[in-house]
Amino acid sequence: MKNKRLLLTLFVTLFKIGLFTFGGGYAMIALLEDEFIEKKKWIDREEFLDMAAIAESTPGPIAINAATYIGYKTAGIAGALVSTVAVCIPSFSIIYIISLFFDAFLEFRLVANAFRGIQVCVLYLILSAGLRLFKGMRKNVFNVISAVTVGTVMICFSLFAVRFSTVFYIIICGVIGVAVSLLSEIVAKSKEGEK
Amino acid sequence: MIYLKLFLTFLEIGAVSFGGGYGMISLMREKALENMWLTEEELLNFIGVAESTPGPIAVNMATFIGSEQGGFFGSLCATLGIVLPSFIIILVIAALFRNLLKYKSVRAFLSGVRPCVIGLIFATGVTMLLSKLTGISTVYDEFSVDFIGAAIFAATVLFAVLYKKLSRKKPSPLLLVGISAVLGAVLYSI
Repeated sequence: MKNKRLLLTLFVTLFKIGLFTFGGGYAMIALLEDEFIEKKKWIDREEFLDMAAIAESTPGPIAINAATYIGYKTAGIAGALVSTVAVCIPSFSIIYIISLFFDAFLEFRLVANAFRGIQVCVLYLILSAGLRLFKGMRKNVFNVISAVTVGTVMICFSLFAVRFSTVFYIIICGVIGVAVSLLSEIVAKSKEGEK
Repeated sequence: MIYLKLFLTFLEIGAVSFGGGYGMISLMREKALENMWLTEEELLNFIGVAESTPGPIAVNMATFIGSEQGGFFGSLCATLGIVLPSFIIILVIAALFRNLLKYKSVRAFLSGVRPCVIGLIFATGVTMLLSKLTGISTVYDEFSVDFIGAAIFAATVLFAVLYKKLSRKKPSPLLLVGISAVLGAVLYSI
């Protein structure tokens, strides 16, 4: 009985968060913090920070990662399921309804023209998100070189119509990251050996 | 079978894209163009709507593309696809490896991926901007400048910079989308 109440509270809370977060994952983490640490005190701050780091570092939408984690910590697998579904329902319903009318809506010339303006704005939003992440990145030689190389190679490939999937860039860079860390460890050890 | 195709495509996107919503855009664009689900302009329209409505951008995009391609069940399959990898990965981590990020190899892998995602986001933005404003998406295309588009882009940048200077916080995406919509409706209609 108590468990049912808990699941219901989780559902309502995450539904509310899904309905009121604009601007994706990072904004949602702030709302989660407010609900689960400040108001409900279900999770302590240290664990919440662990959770946020994991949600941002694992693949997939940050908001879903965070909702699943908090749901699991609060009420096990059922909690994870309830939280994830609840956080998706508002998005899903709103977008599904919009998608039914979207094409008809674009038939109006004024609306179509408004969207030509929005398209430009979206490009600004993408580039400014890139810029914000670049500013927040630690500026060591490895990071700057990888970011610039990946960016340049991808632009060139797409200009010359070379097909090379995004997936490969991610895997290659991940492997390079592991290799560089192994290498620097070996170098550090051999230096120690010399002493 | 479009439902299976939608499910598997979004499953792949959900499983390998790091860095949240924006990190997904490059792979989502690749898949949508490859399957001829969307044109570049439709993709930008969808991102515009996804940005202006509540909820995770990735879920919004999956629902939108799924619905356009396969109706209600299409949107359900796409959304399930994008959510499932997160759900499973996080369950495993929360249950078994809460200290996942303390493993050296995991940290090394992520340290390689992080700058890569930033490069991908930039490259996707630049490529699409080039194609939108100059008509060039490959070197074989003809050069044709969209002056109105360039003016709206300049106005958006200017507004965002001024807003940040005056109010010390960045303008919400919704505000920028609204302004550019008005500019587009007025300037392209004249």
